[in-house]
Amino acid sequence: MAAPVAVHLEFGGGAELLFDGVKEHHVTLPSQSEPWDMKQLLVWIQRNLLKERPELFVQGDTVRPGILVLINDADWELMGELDYQLLDQDNIVFISTLHGG
Amino acid sequence: MPVLCSSCSEKRAVLKRPKTGHSLCKACFFWAFEEEVHQTIVAAKLFRPGETVGIAASGGKDSTVLAHVMKLLNERHGYGLELMLISVDEGITGYRDDSLETVKRNQQQYELPLKIVSYEELYGWTMDAIVKQVGLKNNCTFCGVFRRQALDRGAIMLKVDKICTGHNADDVAETVLMNILRGDIARLRRCTAISTASEGDGVVPRCKPLKYAYEKEIVLYAYFKKLDYFSTECIYSPNAYRGYARTFLKDLESIRPSSIMDIIHSGENLSVREGVKMPVQGTCSRCGYISSQALCKSCVLLEGLNRGLPKLGIGKHHRLHEKILSQQPLTEHEQRKLKSVDF
Repeated sequence: MAAPVAVHLEFGGGAELLFDGVKEHHVTLPSQSEPWDMKQLLVWIQRNLLKERPELFVQGDTVRPGILVLINDADWELMGELDYQLLDQDNIVFISTLHGG
Repeated sequence: MPVLCSSCSEKRAVLKRPKTGHSLCKACFFWAFEEEVHQTIVAAKLFRPGETVGIAASGGKDSTVLAHVMKLLNERHGYGLELMLISVDEGITGYRDDSLETVKRNQQQYELPLKIVSYEELYGWTMDAIVKQVGLKNNCTFCGVFRRQALDRGAIMLKVDKICTGHNADDVAETVLMNILRGDIARLRRCTAISTASEGDGVVPRCKPLKYAYEKEIVLYAYFKKLDYFSTECIYSPNAYRGYARTFLKDLESIRPSSIMDIIHSGENLSVREGVKMPVQGTCSRCGYISSQALCKSCVLLEGLNRGLPKLGIGKHHRLHEKILSQQPLTEHEQRKLKSVDF
């Protein structure tokens, strides 16, 4: 049984509007038999944090194209994207790029 | 196992560049991003020493990064430019008034003079008032047309030699797609140009130093450098046609990141078949601004607004321009066509 995983989530670039305008969230993911990965985290976020219009945040299994994901300040494309396994105290940032410049 | 930077091989990589597929650390990314913009500027000979350049600033991510990088490169490479910020206030409550606060902060952070021009003072109409008359489908047409002219007016008031805007690679690729989807050959031919020609009174040449910079990299540059920008979608934009092109482009990018550069490349290398009718550049008979018709788009749209005929500038009613210019009354049928608005 894996221990519960505490992660720090941040939403920026307008994505925070889908989360009641709250940019920072400290969450503790419940313990489960397998390690938590990003794919499961997205499902968890959708179920527990997302306040409105899920289609603006997720598309299928992954984030909507145009939303950048950083894991501990690094592009998630370098970390395995959806397959990355979360570690305790990880910092995940979701930045939306879908707005005027 | 952290990925190492492919450039310096020393530090941990923080991003994978969509353009090249390389993984770079923060410092190497900053350097690559900045120097690529420098190469874009030098290769296209965008500026000459001693020029005054107005940076079109909205407080958003692209113009904030543009202002930051222009100032940095001007100093690092000795461009010899005098830089200023120009901002346009379209009068959109809850959107523009907030982003203008960001521009004012940028002004102080970058220590650059700032000029704000508003639709209210230039045209007598705010976007809020326009949307009330026009509805939510075609309002972006008004805003875009008015803003281009507003930028020129602001630039002339500030006496700048050139304007630069923060349009990025994604924007240019979206525009190419939009023009293909709408069959707009004239625009398709022009839209990948990095700078505009400098003809006509009241028109200031403008360029896009960020033309080859991916939006993803602009956002990450701003994030890692902790630049202050405003990030909300314009409240009137959800129905804009560009949104469809943008969604399509983002899906393409996720499958094949080089699509964005490739679409720009396609657009740059298009040639138009002989015999295709192209508009000829002239001047507006009413205000003297550049125009391919008797009346420039801005004048037509304004006329429509002021006469309660919101559809006057939307769709092709060129034959009616003559009537309007000569102050002839419109028939009832013509008026009805121009009044109907979909909300």
